[in-house]
Amino acid sequence: MTLGLFIPCYVDQLYPQVGRAAHSLLCQLGHEVVVPARPACCGQPMSNSGYASLSEGCVADFRAEFDRFERIVSPSGSCVLHLKESLEAAHHPLAHRVHELCEFLHDIEKVTSLPARFPHKVGLHSSCHGLRGLGLGRCSECLAPEFSKPAKLLSLVEGLELVTLERPDECCGFGGTFSVFEPDVSVSMGRDRIRDHAGHGAEFITSADMSCLMHLGGLLAREAPQVKAVHIAEILAGCVAEQRG
Amino acid sequence: MSHAANAHDFLRDPARAAWHDQTLWMVRVKRDRQAAKVPDWEALREAASQIKEHTLSRLAEYLEEFESRAAANGIQVHWAADGEEHNRIVHGILARHGVRKLVKSKSMLTEECHLNRHLEEHGIEVIDTDLGERIVQLQRKPPSHIVMPAIHLKRAEVGEVFHEHLGTPRGLDDAQELTEAARQHLRRQFLTADAALTGVNFAVAETGGFVVCTNEGNADMGAHLAPVHIACMGIEKIIPKQEHLGVFLRLLARSATGQPSTVFSSHFYKPRPGQEMHIVLVDNGRSRQLGREDYRRSLACIRCAACFNTCPVYRRSGGYSYSYFIAGPIGSILAPNVDKAAHGDMPFASTLCGSCSAVCPVKIDIHTQLLKWRQEITAEGHAPWWKTLAMRVTGLVLKRPALYALAGRLARHFLPLVNLLKLDPWTRSRALPEAPGQSFREWLAETERAKPPAKNPPP
Repeated sequence: MTLGLFIPCYVDQLYPQVGRAAHSLLCQLGHEVVVPARPACCGQPMSNSGYASLSEGCVADFRAEFDRFERIVSPSGSCVLHLKESLEAAHHPLAHRVHELCEFLHDIEKVTSLPARFPHKVGLHSSCHGLRGLGLGRCSECLAPEFSKPAKLLSLVEGLELVTLERPDECCGFGGTFSVFEPDVSVSMGRDRIRDHAGHGAEFITSADMSCLMHLGGLLAREAPQVKAVHIAEILAGCVAEQRG
Repeated sequence: MSHAANAHDFLRDPARAAWHDQTLWMVRVKRDRQAAKVPDWEALREAASQIKEHTLSRLAEYLEEFESRAAANGIQVHWAADGEEHNRIVHGILARHGVRKLVKSKSMLTEECHLNRHLEEHGIEVIDTDLGERIVQLQRKPPSHIVMPAIHLKRAEVGEVFHEHLGTPRGLDDAQELTEAARQHLRRQFLTADAALTGVNFAVAETGGFVVCTNEGNADMGAHLAPVHIACMGIEKIIPKQEHLGVFLRLLARSATGQPSTVFSSHFYKPRPGQEMHIVLVDNGRSRQLGREDYRRSLACIRCAACFNTCPVYRRSGGYSYSYFIAGPIGSILAPNVDKAAHGDMPFASTLCGSCSAVCPVKIDIHTQLLKWRQEITAEGHAPWWKTLAMRVTGLVLKRPALYALAGRLARHFLPLVNLLKLDPWTRSRALPEAPGQSFREWLAETERAKPPAKNPPP
C-alpha cells in the first residue's frame, strides 16, 4: 500500500537517521512510502504551551496533505497522539488512519519476524503519550493483563535482551516546553530514569518517541556517555550499527 | 514565586528530594499492591466514576434530600455560599456555646476557608488533632499533602518540633516515643475541648448521615467527647445511597495510602442525647466549577491524593512548590477555578504524562483538564509576553516549508556553538545532538533525485 510518512520537525532536522530508519523499514515491508512537504510539525509545541490556536494551521495542513493516504505512519508517538486528538476533536475520520510506527507494525502490518539483529542489553522507555495516550501498552496504574507492542516488536530482534526496570513507565521529564520552563524538575526526572536503565545494565535506551530520547540522550551525553539513546525504528530496521554502533 | 522557582529551591538538596520522591513512590507501590488484590478494580473505578457523574448532574436534588433527612435525624444543617460565610456560621455556633477550645480532625475544606485564622482572631484556640496536621500546625505551616500533611518532614525534624512545642527531650528520633508524646498531648486536648469539628468524606442523601475516615480515630475522640460536633463539607461530597459507600470506601484507602481500608470509617447519623450536631454545606466556587463543562468532573474528587503520589513532578518539587493549598495534579485543576492569575502557572507544572488520570479512582481526566486550563490561562493573557512571542514565531516558521527549511539549516549551523555555550535552560544540563549535515527531507530529496522515475507515481 502507499503510505504517508510523517516525519516531525525535530526528527527531520536533528535525527534524520530516525526518519531514514522508519522509511527503510516501511519500504522493506513492501510499501510505497511518500513524504509530503507539509506540514513540518504536528503543532503540539504550541498547543501544549497553551497556544492551541497557533497549532491549528499545522493540523489543517496535515489534513490537506495526508488525507489522500489510506494509512499514515509516524515514528513519534507524541506527535501522533496530538494529531489524533486534534482530528478526533474535529470529528475527522483521518484520526483513525494515523498510526505510530509500532502500532502500525503490530496492529496493521502484524509483523511476526524482522531481519534485525542487535545483540545488546536494551532498556525500553515507554513514552507517556505512546503508553497512556495511544495505548501501545498497559500502563502500571492499570489493573489489566500486561502487554506492550514495542516490547513485542523488540522481542523479534535477534540477540536483543530487554532489561527489567524498577519503575517501568515513569515519565522521563521531557514534557515538551516543560523541559525548558521547568528545567530543574525535568532534569531530575531524566536523571532518575537513566539511573534505573543504567543500573539494570542497559547499554541502550530505546523508545517509540524521539522527543523523550532527545532529553534522555542529552543527559546521557553529559553524564553517562557509555549508554546510548536510539529510536526503536533504528533497532527494528537494523540500522543502529551503521549510525552509532 | 513560580512553581519552577520553588521547585528549583526544593531540588537544591538532591538527597532530600530523592528521599521525598522515594517516600511517595512507595505509597504508589502500596496502592498498586492493594488495588491488585481487588479482582474488579477497574470495574469499581468505573462504577465510582458513574455514580459521581450522575450525582453531579443532580447535585441540587441530592443536597436537598440530604438536608431534609439530616434535619429529620436531628442534625442542624447550614448552607454557606463561600468561605467567609462558612467561617461566620462555625464561629456563630461556637460563640453561642462559649467555646474556648476546638479540636479539629482533618478537613481540607477548613484549610480552604482559612477557618483556623478566623477563629483564632476571635480568641478561640484551634487544635488540629490529625498527627501530621498537628505537626505542621505547630510549625505554623500548611499541609504539604492533603492526606499526609507532614510527609515532607523527617522524623528528627518532628522531634525538634515536639521539643520546641511539647517539651519532649531534645534529639528525640524514635517513632514510638514521638507517637507517645503526641498521644499524651492530644489526649489532654480532647479531654479539655468544648467542641469538635470534623470533615466529611461522604454524605449520604438517602440517610442524611455522613462518614468520616481517619487512621488515628481522632475524629471519633473529638466528636464523642465534646458536647458540640460540627461537620463541614464541600457540596460535592454527597453520594445518593448508602450502598454507594461500598464502592467508595473500597477505593479510598487503597488509592490513598495502600491500606485495604482506613482504620476508622465512622458513620454519623444523629447527635447523641444532650449533644448538638451541625453540618455546614459549603459551595465556595463549586457551583461555578460545576458550570464549567470542561472542568466539571474535577468535582468528582474524593481527595485520596493518589494523583499526588504518582505525580513525578509533585514528588520532585514538594507540596509547598504549588501556590494553592491543594497541591499536585488535582490542585492544579481546582486552583484556576478560584483565581487564574494567582495560580496560572499550576497547570503548567506537569509533563502531561497522564499518570494522574490513570491512577484516579474516580477517573477524572486530570491531564486533559490541565491542558484545557493552559489554553484558557494563556488566552486570558496570564502568560509572559516573551513566551507568547516565542510561540508566535515558532508557529509562523513551522507553517511555512521554505522558512522552516532555512531556519532548520541555520539552527543546525549554530547548534555546536549553542552546545558549547550552555547558556539556555536546555543545554545548561543537557547536550543537544550533534548536528547532522543533512535533514531527513534533504536526504530524501537527494535520494529521490538519484532514483530512476517510478513506474507508478504516488497518488
